Amino acid sequence: MSTIVEKILAKSSGKNSVTAGEFVLSNVDVVFAHDGTALLAVESMQEIGIERVFDPSKVVFFIDHASPSPSPQISNIHSAMRKFAKKHGIRLYDVGSGICHQVLPEEGCVKPGSVIVGADSHTVTHGAFNAFATGVGSTDAAIAMSTGKLWFMVPESVKITVEGKFKDMVMSKDLVLHVLGEVKADGLTYKSVEYHGSCIDGMSVDSRMTIANMAVEMGAKCCPMELNSATEKWLKGRVSDFKEVKADKDASYVDELYVDASKLEPLVAAPSNVDNVKSVREVEGVEVDQVFIGSCTNGRIEDIKVAVKILGDRHVKARCIVIPASRRIYYEALNAGYIDKLVRAGCIVGFPTCGPCIGAHMGLLGDGEVAVSTSNRNFVGRMGSSSSKIYLASPATAAASALEGKIVDPRKYGEGR
Amino acid sequence: MKISGKCVKLGDHINTDLIISGKYKYRTQDIRELAKYVFEDLDPKLKDRLYGGSIIVAQKNFGCGSSREQAPRVLKAAGVNAVIAESFARIFFRNAVNVGLPVIVSDKEFIMSVKEDETLSVDLSLGKVYALGSGLEASIKPYPEFMLKIIEAGGIAEYFKAFKRFPWENI
Ligand code: SF4
Repeated sequence: MSTIVEKILAKSSGKNSVTAGEFVLSNVDVVFAHDGTALLAVESMQEIGIERVFDPSKVVFFIDHASPSPSPQISNIHSAMRKFAKKHGIRLYDVGSGICHQVLPEEGCVKPGSVIVGADSHTVTHGAFNAFATGVGSTDAAIAMSTGKLWFMVPESVKITVEGKFKDMVMSKDLVLHVLGEVKADGLTYKSVEYHGSCIDGMSVDSRMTIANMAVEMGAKCCPMELNSATEKWLKGRVSDFKEVKADKDASYVDELYVDASKLEPLVAAPSNVDNVKSVREVEGVEVDQVFIGSCTNGRIEDIKVAVKILGDRHVKARCIVIPASRRIYYEALNAGYIDKLVRAGCIVGFPTCGPCIGAHMGLLGDGEVAVSTSNRNFVGRMGSSSSKIYLASPATAAASALEGKIVDPRKYGEGR
Repeated sequence: MKISGKCVKLGDHINTDLIISGKYKYRTQDIRELAKYVFEDLDPKLKDRLYGGSIIVAQKNFGCGSSREQAPRVLKAAGVNAVIAESFARIFFRNAVNVGLPVIVSDKEFIMSVKEDETLSVDLSLGKVYALGSGLEASIKPYPEFMLKIIEAGGIAEYFKAFKRFPWENI
């Protein structure tokens, strides 16, 4: 009878059961903010007049959006965050640690069945670990930080069943772009999206995080996924005594969508809306000035690995910026020899930061420039000049496009070619 | 509670990057300063029309994109008294309520028919919106009681200052 989100929110608000449409006051297990939102949250706390943190062990700050600081103004934001963190005894992941959505689960802060709010829209990413995780603004973050509670409307749920296996050079980014093209940018507004099916069950943690990450691009409130064996294994050693929350067999969904993974091909979201989804074939040949492989969507080891594989011993033609999403990933890439290969291929490998994804630093686009980016938003001006254009794509498509200086179908560099 | 303002019409999917670009968000924490760049990538002249009391009338998915609370704060600082739309992105909606910017869901027909620059008037208690020039009126989607209280107080900080508690404690 109940969906995943209904079960999590019932428990967190001390009720036996809740149904979609109901308002609840929920306990919050983790609340976090970053250098783009934390100071405003601190100001909101002052504005409201509550200056204490409800539980310092449950509040986390990240310096990740423009990190290390590219300007004195941003340095001041960072200093103020460090000061607040020290005063209240909360954890702060400083410059170089990585992007909040990567570091939070890596550090064992994301438990299945928990309620996580982050002052960042891509907080939905943590749904990959079976959490109810949703983005909020700074004032809501302030309220959660100071009271440990937040109100929610229990969302309706939509079920997306994905069966089958991807073909070579098709990645979970292509799946989520496909779904986005189907449901559109406001198709799941206020809804909880649950992905089920054999394709999801067999997926790596990295791939699942990409899918949950982009749920917000469809307007969704959260994307709680059931665990699979890869995720359970990943969580062991990071999180202790957790209990997965599964949907009931007869849970009610307002809508369902079925996807055959074996039929998918490499896709892009063409400028300048995330749901302007086209096949790579349709846009092949578009000249590219810059390629960005990174962000909380696709800056993980699997993404870097596929890029390295495609690049091989060749040299890129477009500027190619690769940014591992966290220090741990950077280190893993270093040990695997990937960084060496990327540098030899002519890529610029950066330290962990959001950087170019949000046009903060590390490669902003100039007038009329075209980028292929593995991130999640291609809005006008997102990565720099308002006349620049962004194609969102998988790391495979991005790497192949970097090699040729124009958009290329990565299957050209796949198995058996 | 009554709100009025000059109608400024916008389209679908007005995202938070368009409202206030991420690149400015890092330059200053001062909302008034940020308000100078409101809608810059959409139309740099738009800000002059917001000034002095306006009501934005947009179509679907207003405020989609990032969670930046600067977006509703900047709109308020730029002179926007309310936003009426067919639908809102959820984070923007919550943020707007929290900072005391009335966000109003109304029907498509009304939204498509109102005229640029005409005076609009919203009566939150009656749940109605009126276009004074064209004589149109429409219902607005009612708020849950606790949310109406926040909006009427002018935001959650004002509510808390006045009542020393949050309005949702009994939901
Ligand atoms: S990588 Fe991009 S989308 Fe992800 S948290 Fe950073 S700025 Fe936001």
